Amino acid sequence: MTAALRFDPIRLPPECEKLRKEVRAFLADEIAAGTFNPFQPNREDADAREFCRRVGERGWIGMTWPKKYGGHERSFLERYVVTEEMRVANAPTRRFFVADRQSGPVLLKYAPERIKSDILPRICRGEVCFAIGMSEPNSGSDLFAARTKATKTDGGWLINGTKIWTSSAHIADYMIAIFRTSPSTKENRRHGLTQFLVDMKTPGIKVNPIGQITGQFEFNEVVFTDAFMPDDHVLGEIDGAWKQATSELAYERSGPERFLETYYVLTELVRAVGKNPDTRSAEGIGRLVAQLHTMRRMSVSVAGMLQAGKEPVVEASIVKDIGTVWEQQLPHRVRDLAAFVDENVSNHETLEKQLSFAIKTAPKLTIQGGTTEVLRGIIARGLGLR
Amino acid sequence: MAESENIVAETAEKIFSDLADAQTINSDKEGAWKAPLWQALTEAGLPLAWVPEDCGGSGASLAEGFSVLSAAGRFAIAVPLAETMLAGWLLAQAKISSPEGAMTPAPASPKDRIALNADGTLSGRARGVPFARDARHVAVLAHGAGGLSIALVDMTKCQIEAGLNLANDGNDTVTLSNVAPITIKPAPKGFDQTQLMLMGGVARSLQIAGSLESMLEVSVRYSNERVAFEKKISKFQAVQHNLAKLAGESAAALAAATSAADAIANSTSFNDEVFLEAVSAKIRCAEAAEKGAAIAHQVHGAIGFTIEHILHRYTLRALAWRDDFGSESYWAVELGKMVAARGADELWPLVASR
Repeated sequence: MTAALRFDPIRLPPECEKLRKEVRAFLADEIAAGTFNPFQPNREDADAREFCRRVGERGWIGMTWPKKYGGHERSFLERYVVTEEMRVANAPTRRFFVADRQSGPVLLKYAPERIKSDILPRICRGEVCFAIGMSEPNSGSDLFAARTKATKTDGGWLINGTKIWTSSAHIADYMIAIFRTSPSTKENRRHGLTQFLVDMKTPGIKVNPIGQITGQFEFNEVVFTDAFMPDDHVLGEIDGAWKQATSELAYERSGPERFLETYYVLTELVRAVGKNPDTRSAEGIGRLVAQLHTMRRMSVSVAGMLQAGKEPVVEASIVKDIGTVWEQQLPHRVRDLAAFVDENVSNHETLEKQLSFAIKTAPKLTIQGGTTEVLRGIIARGLGLR
Repeated sequence: MAESENIVAETAEKIFSDLADAQTINSDKEGAWKAPLWQALTEAGLPLAWVPEDCGGSGASLAEGFSVLSAAGRFAIAVPLAETMLAGWLLAQAKISSPEGAMTPAPASPKDRIALNADGTLSGRARGVPFARDARHVAVLAHGAGGLSIALVDMTKCQIEAGLNLANDGNDTVTLSNVAPITIKPAPKGFDQTQLMLMGGVARSLQIAGSLESMLEVSVRYSNERVAFEKKISKFQAVQHNLAKLAGESAAALAAATSAADAIANSTSFNDEVFLEAVSAKIRCAEAAEKGAAIAHQVHGAIGFTIEHILHRYTLRALAWRDDFGSESYWAVELGKMVAARGADELWPLVASR
């Protein structure tokens, strides 16, 4: 038997349930205070600075990181609980989430001590926002075609080129980006890229917001013109970024944010159908809940494997593939069922507005952070097909 | 998996690979493999795994028994192992000892009812009872004026209308007309037909998940052997992506089924959370069976559609098992009703309950 794929039934330990209560109470207070509206996922998050600081004060950013860098040395499963509760409440987490999930762990692993002790505690306090500089105008899924160039100069590097589709670059304090430090080689086309920490205040960086089909301005074009990066902002091996990218993918791809992005429409549908749904609504809701439950079990299982020190790259790719396809289809399935809802129910307008936003959001879900096609390629490699 | 589960599962795996090799079974038109397989399973105490020792069984844990069913699914075996285990489990709920030989539980559908008459006899019809004609006894859950009872019944006293499921395994209608049971005792307080259906549904979910693992394995293997357009078909991206989707469906089924089994094994009651686990497993595994079987066949092309090829052993059983102990449509309606009755703001707390 192949038996390569493992999804053991991981249960959240008791300390997670205590934490979950704390997070729910915190979010209820924030909602009551008017910090954000849980029914409105389509707001601008730029004003959520204070909220992020309060999340940091509670110790819910950098939860798994060492205490010496401001972290809290808690488990991945505890972090999982915080992430999913924030997501389900539609809390404005964008400002700290990327740093918490990806950038912080990269710095922990590859940044020099001085940078770690400077930046990581500020991330944990909810003070800094990170962006990820991967895609370029002519290199998206094909990461290793990146051309934005880092040229060696006295004491550092000069950056020239353009990153694009960079989420949050317009509000970010830092970016972790890959730049070309050498040409690729015939033997290894992935060779020649280096990971850098970019201070967004560096002269020579221009951020141009790009409008999205949802009406939001979440992602950007970032143009570098002789932007200087000091030597100690190189993260890891020069020309060897390709060795560093893969192990982080399991963290990035398996979290609850990979299937809960449009979850709010399901809640509102359940509210709209009321206590005694007809057979059609009941069946539709039942299937969606069964699918949701299954994905969460898969995702928690991967979190358990991460906690156990494993690198479940294939399993994580499966979670993101199935999860993002599901959250993409969810607003359409809810729309099917909502067609039979009484239009006089009190939340009808909320549901309609949410559906409209979710349907417009849906196309990006299977593109951002690794397209479905890239994920299936990774899974196929795991199966021994490539 | 705990070590004891490993040992029990490995014992089952060993017996299946020695005596229930898919290719051997597929070529054997006479069914000569059945008797030695059943004998080996019986000697290992597996059919009565869930029966305590003082009721004539081997007293394995629920978790150990579930691991046997996963293995049975991987081999898509067609003897009444899961059915005898379920029947023994049902009888043990009322502390009724299990006899030797194959059994099956009835009803096997949430809609059927068997009545306990005032004179102590049983009447009613149970449709879609797996392997009824191969079973010596049937474990019956009966509704009487004073509540639910569990009974051991001699199958020869019942009328059997033979039927076949999609995979040509016995799937019969069992009719009881004033049949006197061998033993009958009241069901324990709180036990109901839903619990029997959920237990059966989780058994089928594990079997479906197991069969999907095998579908994935044989499909990957075939794609690495078959050459078309001068290369292995596994090198075509369209085929790779189909197999990646099959891996996803297999993974979803495995996660849902093992989680549900774990939930039942570690819970003292069938509360809302366990209900969510069990019915989600049945719904999601059934959906995975449909999508996964279609891909496995697509990858195999015409050869997989032949009776000589082993693929149908896995695909048709996975599809057939969807129907037993309540279909995915039935359970989706029940789950949807429960979610609606709890209310919108109680949905997330339910999903995030463990």
